[in-house]
Amino acid sequence: MKNRPAEERIRDFKEVATGLSAQDAVLEALRCMGCPRPSCVNGCPVSIDIPGFIEAIAQEDFRTAARIIKQDNMLPAICGRVCPQETQCQGTCILGKQYKPVRIGALERFVADWERENGVEAPTTAPPTGKRVAIVGSGPAGITAASECLRAGHAVTIFESLHEAGGVLTYGIPSFRMPKDIVKFEIDQVLALGAKLHLNHIVGRSVPVDELLAYDAVFIGTGAGLPYFMGIEGENFNGVYSANEFLTRINLMHADKFPEYDTPVIRGTTVAVVGGGNVAMDSARVARRLGAKVYLIYRRREEDLPAREEEVKNAAKEGVEFICCANPTCILGGPGVQGIECTRMDMCELDDSGRPVPRACTGEGSTFTLDVDVVIEAIGQGPNPLLAGLIPGLKRGKRGNIEVDGDGRTSIPHVFAGGDIATGAATVIWAMGSAKTAAAAMNRMLAGTEQ
Amino acid sequence: MYRIIKRTQIADNIYEFWINAPHVTKTGRAGQFVVLRIDETGERIPLTISATRKDDVRIVFMATGKTTQQLATLQEGECIRDIAGPLGTPSDVKKWGRCAVIGGGVGIACLPILARELKAAGNEVTGIIGARNAGLLLLEDELREACDDLVICTDDGSKGFHGFPADILKQKVAAKALDAVWIIGPAIMMKITSLATLDSGIKTFVSLNPIMVDGTGMCGSCRVTVGGETKFACVDGPEFDAHQVDWNELMNRQRTYNPQEKESLEHYHEHKCRCGDH
Repeated sequence: MKNRPAEERIRDFKEVATGLSAQDAVLEALRCMGCPRPSCVNGCPVSIDIPGFIEAIAQEDFRTAARIIKQDNMLPAICGRVCPQETQCQGTCILGKQYKPVRIGALERFVADWERENGVEAPTTAPPTGKRVAIVGSGPAGITAASECLRAGHAVTIFESLHEAGGVLTYGIPSFRMPKDIVKFEIDQVLALGAKLHLNHIVGRSVPVDELLAYDAVFIGTGAGLPYFMGIEGENFNGVYSANEFLTRINLMHADKFPEYDTPVIRGTTVAVVGGGNVAMDSARVARRLGAKVYLIYRRREEDLPAREEEVKNAAKEGVEFICCANPTCILGGPGVQGIECTRMDMCELDDSGRPVPRACTGEGSTFTLDVDVVIEAIGQGPNPLLAGLIPGLKRGKRGNIEVDGDGRTSIPHVFAGGDIATGAATVIWAMGSAKTAAAAMNRMLAGTEQ
Repeated sequence: MYRIIKRTQIADNIYEFWINAPHVTKTGRAGQFVVLRIDETGERIPLTISATRKDDVRIVFMATGKTTQQLATLQEGECIRDIAGPLGTPSDVKKWGRCAVIGGGVGIACLPILARELKAAGNEVTGIIGARNAGLLLLEDELREACDDLVICTDDGSKGFHGFPADILKQKVAAKALDAVWIIGPAIMMKITSLATLDSGIKTFVSLNPIMVDGTGMCGSCRVTVGGETKFACVDGPEFDAHQVDWNELMNRQRTYNPQEKESLEHYHEHKCRCGDH
C-alpha cells in the first residue's frame, strides 16, 4: 500500500494511504501459504477466516472474500485501516519469520473498498425473536454488538449522546486515516439490518436508568471518553487542549473549515503535543495540517513510543519534530500559552513490562523551554463515568471501568459491557473483539441456551 | 430534528423558545442544560433549561453572537437539528429554609424552574432580578408567581430598585434572613454578587458558563478551578460553591475565542447579505 507524498498530504485532510489495486491484491493474496492451522486467525481479536478470504481474493472472487470477512466483522473497511495488523494477524504470519508477512490489513481494506464500490450484499438475519436489546454508545464496540444481536433476530435500539454515530471513529480518528464517509457507510450497513438509532440521547439522563434496565439485554459501550490532564501549572491557560477536545473540534465539528463551520480552534504557530501514542500522532498530524510547526514531547525513548510504527513514520515524514526523553513540568504564559518548560529524562532500570523507567535529570542543562502557543495533551483517557455511576449495583474497578467476566457480563445479570469502558483505553479492534464476545453471550442468554 | 413550538421575543434582543424534545423533559430538572446545534455547519452551544412542560423544553437566549443571532431568525414550526440533554448535575434542591434565587440579565430565565422546585421542597423563596434597564428584564410575572417575594433591580433605575441585586442581597444577609442562595448571570455579576455572602456562612451556588463542546465530560473544554481542583463544569457542575470558584480563570477562558467569534459573526452577516442579493 502506498502513501501520498508528505508535502502534498499535509495540505489537506484526505486519506494518506492509497490502497491496493485489484492486480496487486491478487498478487499479494497468492503469497499466502494457506496454513492448515493458521496462526493469523488466532492473532485476530474477531477471528476472521483470514486464509479463507485471501484464497477467494487469489481466485479473483472478491464477492466471496467480502462475504467471508463479514461473517466475523461488519466493519472491514474500518479495521483494514486502523487495526494494528503488524502486532496481530500479520505479526503471527508464518511468512513473516523469513520474509515479509502477507499484508492482511491491506487485503481486508481492498475487499471492503471493492464491495463498497460494487454494491454490498446484506448479511442474512435470523427471524425476529421479539427480544429487545439496548446498546449504549455507537462506537466500534456498540456497533459490533448491535450487528451481532441484529443478526440473531433481536430488536436493537442504539443510543448515542453525540449528534453523529461512530464514537471514536467519528470524533477521534482524523479523516486522513479514517475517511468519515467510509465510517458512515459501514455503520449504515449495520443500521440497515434494522437497528433504531437515537442520537443526542444521554443514557442515564435522556433515557432514565429504569427504562434502560427494562430491555431484555443491555450492552454498554460508552468508551474511554474522559481525558486525563498532566496536572502541571498553567494547564488551564487558553490554548491548552486535551487531545479529545482538539480532535473533536476538527473531526466532529470541522473547525478546520472555520468560519464556514461555526466551531473555532486555535491553530497555533507552534504546537507542543505531549504523549507518544496513536492519539498523540493523530493530534500532531492534524496540527501540521492546520499549518503549525509541531513538537511531539515524549518522556521515554523514540523506540519506546507506543504508537504504531507506521503512524510514527507518517508523523515524522509530515514534519513533526520528536523530542524524546523529555517531560513537561510547566506551561508558561497567561491567559494565552507562551511556552512549555520540560525536564530531560534519564532512562534507568527496566520495569516489569520491560520498558525503561524514565527519571527526571537534575543539574545544569536538565531543563529547557520551547516557545509554543498551543499545547495538546494526549496522555490517555479514562472510562467515561457518566452512565456507569448512575446504575445502582453496577460494579466498577479502581479506575472507574465497568467490571466484566470473560464473556462481558457485568455484576447485573442482563447487562453486558465491552470496549474501552470495560477494558480501559485500547484499540478499535479490541473494542470490537470484546463486544463480539459479549454479544455472543447476550445472544445465548436471550435464546435461553444458557443460565 | 426538534420543532420550535413557540417563539416569543420577551425583552430587548432576548428570545424565548419552546422546543419539542421529550427526551430532555422526561428527567430534566433545575440546574441542568441542553446542548444545541442549529444545523449541519453549526457549533454546539449549552443553554440552561428554563422550564419544561410535557414534551416541550424552554430555552431563553440573548442574540449576541453568530449562533444566537442565527437562532433568533428561526420561526415557529421550524426545526433545530440537534438537542442533547438533559446534561449536568441538577441543582441541590432540598429543604434549606429561606432561599434567595438571584438572576442577572438573561440568567433570570434560569430562575423559574429553580424557584418552583425549591418551593415544592418546602422552602421560602425570594427572587431578586437585575438588568441594565427595564427593557432587559424578563419573566417578571412568572417569577412573581413562582417566588414568595420578588425584588426587581435596574442599574439605571428605570424600574424597581435603583442598583444591583448584590445591594439587596447584602441587606438580607445583614438581617440574617437567608439559608441558601443561587446566583445566575454573567460571570462578573456572579463574582461580585457572591461576595455579599462570603463571610456569612450562607451556602451560595453559582451556575458556571464556560465554553463547552460535547457537554458530556469528554473534552475538558469547560474545565474550571473550584477549591483549587480542576472540575468539568458539564458533568461536575454547572453549579458550584461560589466562594471556591477561580473567577479570573473562568473569565479568561470564556474569552479564548473572542477574535474567532467576531470573525464568525462578520462572516455570517456578509453571507446573509450576499444571499439577499440573489
